[in-house]
Amino acid sequence: MAPKRTFAPIAESPKIRIGLVLLSLIYILFFLVLPVVVVFTEAFSRGFAHYLEAVTEPDAQAAIKLTLLVAAIAVPANVVFGVAASWAIAKFDFVGKSFLITLIDLPFSVSPVISGLIYVLMFGGQGLIGPWLDEHDIQIVYAVPGIVLATVFVTFPFVARELIPLMQEQGAEEEEAARSLGASGWQTFWRVTLPNIKWGLLYGVLLCNARAMGEFGAVSVVSGHIRGFTNTMPLHVEILYNEYNLPAAFAVASLLAFLALVTLVAKGILELRYGHELAPVHH
Amino acid sequence: MHIDVRNVTKRFDSFTAVRNLTLDVRQGELVALLGPSGSGKTTLLRIIAGLEHANEGQILFDGDDAVARHVGERRVGFVFQHYALFRHMTVFENVAFGLRVAPAERRMSNTDIKNRVMSLLSLVQLDRLAARYPSQLSGGQRQRVALARALAIAPLVLLLDEPFGALDAKVRKELRRWLRRLHDDMGLTSIFVTHDQEEALELADRVVVMNQGAIEQIGTPDEVYNTPATPFVYEFLGNVNKIPCTIANGAVNLWGLAVTAETVDGAPVPAGSAAGFAYVRPHDIEIVAEGTQRAIVRHVGAAGPTARLELEVAGVHAPVEVQLIRQAFLDLGLKVGQTVAITARAARVFPARS
Repeated sequence: MAPKRTFAPIAESPKIRIGLVLLSLIYILFFLVLPVVVVFTEAFSRGFAHYLEAVTEPDAQAAIKLTLLVAAIAVPANVVFGVAASWAIAKFDFVGKSFLITLIDLPFSVSPVISGLIYVLMFGGQGLIGPWLDEHDIQIVYAVPGIVLATVFVTFPFVARELIPLMQEQGAEEEEAARSLGASGWQTFWRVTLPNIKWGLLYGVLLCNARAMGEFGAVSVVSGHIRGFTNTMPLHVEILYNEYNLPAAFAVASLLAFLALVTLVAKGILELRYGHELAPVHH
Repeated sequence: MHIDVRNVTKRFDSFTAVRNLTLDVRQGELVALLGPSGSGKTTLLRIIAGLEHANEGQILFDGDDAVARHVGERRVGFVFQHYALFRHMTVFENVAFGLRVAPAERRMSNTDIKNRVMSLLSLVQLDRLAARYPSQLSGGQRQRVALARALAIAPLVLLLDEPFGALDAKVRKELRRWLRRLHDDMGLTSIFVTHDQEEALELADRVVVMNQGAIEQIGTPDEVYNTPATPFVYEFLGNVNKIPCTIANGAVNLWGLAVTAETVDGAPVPAGSAAGFAYVRPHDIEIVAEGTQRAIVRHVGAAGPTARLELEVAGVHAPVEVQLIRQAFLDLGLKVGQTVAITARAARVFPARS
């Protein structure tokens, strides 16, 4: 029997539905698709050889390596912190819980430039513990450690924010069941908690990673813009742009855009493949 | 296993969920914790399971302090109200969980685990669904998976939190019988929580009636139903008419029946004249040809093996409910609006709380 298309009496009329769909499509086209297309067309405007040169010259290579390094430190750090914090918040009651939630949101509400400035004020030459660091020959600001710190700070809500509502909704019953069956805390975490949150965690990691690689403001303040040493990809793009080297700027930018597209596609594929495990249990 | 709950108190912030409660469950017993929501029955069950710590008091398993034992070492199978099945695992893996997480020196081989899980699944008649996920099962099937999972660790005690609450009436009745058989066959000691009096009375060896964190009465289903210890038990278990009356010198004449007033805690009944309530079951009211108390028939419900009448009695605000066996009802030929005489066969009187 062919399914008959019917509209529920409370639904909007077809005109309004089509209108709403069109509106969102046009909006997405203008503000999302078009800029991405422009990035890639501009990047290849002088041919592939130019593109290759722009992304393989030593400064660009250094920027790419630094960006990957920063992400490779910041993302795992925030995964550990995010899972720990959301587990604590979702599964236990303790004094200062709402304060912790507020603190996690702090990087969202503070301008990234100010986040960077905080590190300069703390670790810089005139800063709070700057002189002590100088004495011990430890360089944080205008060096890789500062960039990593600033990136960790700016990206730390992503994983936790993704997991807290998910874990709160799931409650602690499955964990209690695991414990009553004799599982240790670790076993409960690896066998029950982690599998239940893996999709949210993956999504949080993707968002965290995208931001870690793309962060500009905070990193710009602490980096000092030393070419080949403390320039991440976004900073390198800015420098090229300021030098009116537009094709090269867009070439490096296209790498960032490409990374974003790859992560989105990867997420889509994983969801298609393991989607059945996402089916919620209805009580 | 013999379970001994001694003077247990549990507080959540300012709320006391269980207050100074003592309870003894003998080996092989099936006990129901019955009470309204908020009476502390689930909290008590969770304390026995070790999922919650008591603020005061002791839980003894066969005479040993269970508080020192970790929840995983108590050999307690716990069935959660909403089953709490692991949603990302198949039915098979759900049941196998308790066996797989056992410490290495006690862990079974994979073949043994497989055999044990499959035999448990055939016990709960779900062996064909071993590869399904919980989201693909009906409520009754999930309930049975939860039971099989709890039984996998060979528990000595089975604790069930509202085990049949989320199921429809027919499945509930089937599972109830099945659980009773399982309990007897496996020689378990079981405690289940319910707010459904019918379930408690039908299934349990003993019923513990709870109210506001304390025990109102412990007894066999027959005892708690037929000789309720307190007005609360009267009102909570079965239908009852609560008739306001005046106690004169410790006694009341209720519609021609002399009843001696009693108190819950055995304190003396106030001398002289005092307000009280008489509790009369609907089937303990008789319609007679001659009597001191008159009543008007206001409603007749004749469907089923017994007929239900609602009578209007002067001085009683709520309608008085009467239950008659069908033949007696037909013999009397009662009609709505008719005036009849009533008397009580049995009743109990408690002074009103001051």
